[in-house]
Amino acid sequence: MATHELRRPFKRPAISDQQRRREISLQRQAQNRRDAQHQARCLASTILTLQPAQYEPAEPDLQLQSETELIPELEIESQEHRRDLRDIDDVRQASRLKGVEARQWFAKQLMLPEWMIDVPERLNTDWYVFARPAGKRCFVVSSNGTTISRLRNGSMLHRFPSALPSGARTSKSSHSGQSYCILDCIFHEPDQTYYVIDMVCWAGMSLYECTTEFRFFWLNSKLVETGACDAPSSYHKFRFSTVPIYNCDQEGLNAAYTGPVPYVKDGLLFCNKHAHYQSGNTPLILVWKDENCSQYVIDTDSKGQVPNKQQVVLELLFDGKLATSDDPPVIFGCLNEDFIQEDCRLGIFSDLLLVMED
Amino acid sequence: MALEITQYLLAAQSPDAKIRTEAESALGQFRDQNLPGFLLSLSVELSNDGKPTESRRLAGIVLKNSLDAKEAARKENLIQQWVSIDISIKSQIKSFLLNTLGSSVSEACHTAAQVIAKIASIEIPRKEWPELIGLLLANMTQPDRPASLKQATLETLGYVCEEISHHDLVQDEVNAILTAVVQGMNVSEANPEVRLAATRALFNALDFAQTNFENEMERNYIMKVICDAALAKETEIRQAAFECLVSIASTYYEVLEPYMLRIFELTSNAVKGDEEAVALQAVEFWSSICDEEMELQDYEVPESGDSSASHSRFIEKALPTLVPMLLETLLKQDEDQDQDDGTWNLAMAGGTCLCLVARTVGDAVVPLVMPFVEANISKTEWRAREAATYAFGSILEGPSTEKLSPMVNAGLDFLLSAMKDANGHVKDTTAWTLSRIFELLHSPATGFSVITPANLQRILGILLDSIKDAPHVAEKVCGAIYYIAQGYEDAGTSSSLLTPFLRDIITNLIATADRTDSSDSKLRSSAYETLNEVVRCSNLAETSQMIVELLPVMMSKLEQTSNLQIVSSDDREKQGDLQASLCGVLQVIIQKLSSADETKPIILQAADQIMVLFLNVFACRSSTVHEEAMLAIGALAYATGLEFGKYMQEFYKYLEMGLQNFEEYQVCAISVGVVGDICRALDDKVLPYCDGIMTLLLKDLSSGELHRSVKPPIFSCFGDIALAIGEHFEKYISYALPMMQSASEVCAQMDDNDEEMVEYGNQLRRSIFEAYSGILQGFKNSRADLMLPHAPHLLQFIELVANDRHRDESVTKAAVAVLGDLADALGSNIKTMFKDRAFFTELLGECLQSDDEQLKETATWTQGMLGRAFSVYG
Repeated sequence: MATHELRRPFKRPAISDQQRRREISLQRQAQNRRDAQHQARCLASTILTLQPAQYEPAEPDLQLQSETELIPELEIESQEHRRDLRDIDDVRQASRLKGVEARQWFAKQLMLPEWMIDVPERLNTDWYVFARPAGKRCFVVSSNGTTISRLRNGSMLHRFPSALPSGARTSKSSHSGQSYCILDCIFHEPDQTYYVIDMVCWAGMSLYECTTEFRFFWLNSKLVETGACDAPSSYHKFRFSTVPIYNCDQEGLNAAYTGPVPYVKDGLLFCNKHAHYQSGNTPLILVWKDENCSQYVIDTDSKGQVPNKQQVVLELLFDGKLATSDDPPVIFGCLNEDFIQEDCRLGIFSDLLLVMED
Repeated sequence: MALEITQYLLAAQSPDAKIRTEAESALGQFRDQNLPGFLLSLSVELSNDGKPTESRRLAGIVLKNSLDAKEAARKENLIQQWVSIDISIKSQIKSFLLNTLGSSVSEACHTAAQVIAKIASIEIPRKEWPELIGLLLANMTQPDRPASLKQATLETLGYVCEEISHHDLVQDEVNAILTAVVQGMNVSEANPEVRLAATRALFNALDFAQTNFENEMERNYIMKVICDAALAKETEIRQAAFECLVSIASTYYEVLEPYMLRIFELTSNAVKGDEEAVALQAVEFWSSICDEEMELQDYEVPESGDSSASHSRFIEKALPTLVPMLLETLLKQDEDQDQDDGTWNLAMAGGTCLCLVARTVGDAVVPLVMPFVEANISKTEWRAREAATYAFGSILEGPSTEKLSPMVNAGLDFLLSAMKDANGHVKDTTAWTLSRIFELLHSPATGFSVITPANLQRILGILLDSIKDAPHVAEKVCGAIYYIAQGYEDAGTSSSLLTPFLRDIITNLIATADRTDSSDSKLRSSAYETLNEVVRCSNLAETSQMIVELLPVMMSKLEQTSNLQIVSSDDREKQGDLQASLCGVLQVIIQKLSSADETKPIILQAADQIMVLFLNVFACRSSTVHEEAMLAIGALAYATGLEFGKYMQEFYKYLEMGLQNFEEYQVCAISVGVVGDICRALDDKVLPYCDGIMTLLLKDLSSGELHRSVKPPIFSCFGDIALAIGEHFEKYISYALPMMQSASEVCAQMDDNDEEMVEYGNQLRRSIFEAYSGILQGFKNSRADLMLPHAPHLLQFIELVANDRHRDESVTKAAVAVLGDLADALGSNIKTMFKDRAFFTELLGECLQSDDEQLKETATWTQGMLGRAFSVYG
């Protein structure tokens, strides 16, 4: 029987990193595999469900009776158009869209509130509330090293570098082309700040199917990390900010209603905690306005006097409907076809504000 | 039925090749035509004292080789052959073998003992030889049996215990064996041969003695007998007794306390005055105790402060006497121990043990060692200087940085000067100590280093001088440079400190690799490995020019290897080693340069030439592919992307060869990994090669010969291929899916008590999920329906894994991801399958609460995909 001599490595065994090279190779391959699969998943997660049913103007009964006969034709046209656009699955594809198409596509993506006309059940447990900043509601999309904000009607507000993932061409943001963000924001002119009120996609990850609770959590934990809330710099043209969000208990309501915020308030937004982000109007987001929390309840002139005539500015939507610029919009009527066609010749289509006097 | 085969067995050992071959073929024919008769004839030959020793010896060897083989598949085959032999023949063979134990020719006894143990290893677990232990014990207990039979019987018992598991015997049998063995070891045993055989048998039987070691009376008795044997007159018995103590140190650590005083006395005397073979085992005892205690400390709960009850802190308690004893051994060096790799002497064992002691007790060792260092390091006798340096180097790992840094800072300059010592051993150990200092106390990334901008130049100056010293010294110097470079990896601005010296370092390392005064290739490969580390860890922005210049140098060296004159197989092996080193360097350069946009074009420009070189390396061999070249090609494919397509036609045959290399399974595994690299590089352009690749991968999977560690990467590779070729994977579905399914069933039945199997199971699970993910994503846009029939099985598998308590994080990630992929690809079709399954909410919940951001994000995504699938009508 052999003796059981145990030899241990003495001093240093000859350096041989072959095993290490194998392991490093394996790590690299595993990382590449993860990236490849992640990329495939990202493509999937950007399929933005357009939900045309929910996009339908919420208040069809407000349409003017006299113009109803014009509607069918227009509807068909616009639905066809919509179907084409629905095929655009990828936000990067969408970001390549130019002009009218881009505007139309983005115009459909925002989640829009309904007016709060009664108190929802379980308001104190299932809802959030926050003071809505006054300003331009827009989608902010960062991808491929640039950031674009688009207004509710789809038109571009700013194109700028930002500290959002893939928001600027800087060496440190080595995010892949797959990494992009879509934020639901309000651009607040006085302090030139984008107040982020919802997060739709973050670093390539779709949050469409996530609850409000989760989106807000993600928003509050992720945004600051990127430096997007820092003061503007050469690679970060506008500051971003979150808004203070409260539970809808008495304390929270009070804080939202009367609490100081660094921006001009425009009503209170109520969000159901369990709602997913969906385009168009939804009863799961509600807006409340009164004179204590919004300047824009009734027009005043520069001296603060209520004028004789209340002006209403209506927005001409691409399908010819006229709506208020309220959030949510109120459809007042529909222009007739001749009028639109005439204006088209003049180079006017949608994205046009018409001033009407009563 | 037995045939007379003596002549053949003798002829098969004839110096005349012709006679030999004829005899071998005759024996082979006999075996093939009538295996039972053949084995029986061999056993008859072995048992017959009238036959020549030579024919009996060969009979025994052939018999043994007919029962056991190293290679698992062949071994299984042999076992099946034996099991299917007629029971009466087997009985005859076994009875001849047992009779042989009584032979007067000790060599025949010895061989028979081994063959019996081989049969026992097959039959005892199957309960097909229940009478064996009884028959062997009868040899021990019956009074009139000769000592030689007892000796052979004890030897057989030892071998049998070595072959089988203690689960295969009932406690009564174990008790009887131990009684017989311990009796044979007793001082009262007059015959030293019997006593030695008994002591060696106990070594193998110790694993069986768990129950007996739990009983204090029995344990006391066994320990007493071993300790007595450790004082036997015969060296071999003492050595065997210490071997038993070494084994007990790890197997029965927790009951050793009452015996430690006695054992300390025994080991200490042995180290001081016994034969070296005995003293080495005595030192090994303490090394084993260190191993045990370090492992216990690994499992300690840090915040509770106290350790588990079983930690007896023997090393800490013995420290004041143990350390001086070990320090004494350091002075017993051999004159030329640095030249001969085979040397293992008391000084080496003692030094190694001191390293372990330092790691076990930490700071406490320092004040016991430093006086020895200080007293000896300047003595005129080289042994004293070497021992002092070794002692200093030994305690660098274990004690805290706070404790060590003042000493090391104070001693560094002395050590650097000692690189000019007159004695080679001292220089060797000094260089080793320096490399340990840089390995353990040079970590600028975490804020501490003994190297400062002020002393770096002197350190490197001395090292680059000493790298020209004797090969064994130069090799250690390479180690020191290696760790200096490694310390600067990711060290921010301080990594620039090395940059000014880098050109000089690289030049010196290449010159060292080119040295011809070394008897083997160790120095060369150390120099190249160090070069790799220097390149890998360098600050690319500052060093890209140097690395770019290094590329053609290494390429031309690799080119020259094909001009080497190859006469012998030794030459070929040397060529292969050199090519391995150079491919390794090229791999590191390719990875380094392709990691930045600025330098990547260099690799793309050189890719054609580099690829030609790699293909030439492959062409140097006929049947195997070169592992390092394969690894490097993976890196090149990753760097070149779609461009790699143009090399495929030429490269493909080597890839095939690699995928078929069962024997060198590492080569096979790396080739599988390269397939993944190529898939990602070429995307659907890999399609023309997929039939061939898939065929080989499927073959690999179904092979019983291929090492199991290659199988998980193959499943992952399915995913890579599917992701690359999308819907074209359809034709492989009917082959790949059943394999994935049966592998997932194997996972379900794995033994979760075996740590290694748990680890393997996790790899397998992860890789199966990766395969599914790749396929689902690949099919998503066009052929998702193909996966519909397979979805329930996958879902079941995910559920099984979700409920597995051994699941590791990476498996969880893969499981959650594949769940999302399933929902993503199949949409609302999965709704009904998810009915009555609640596991996924729990799994998602667990992941969403994880601290791992990546996992959280994946889970969020999956949640979204599931939400979408559930919300869609259909």
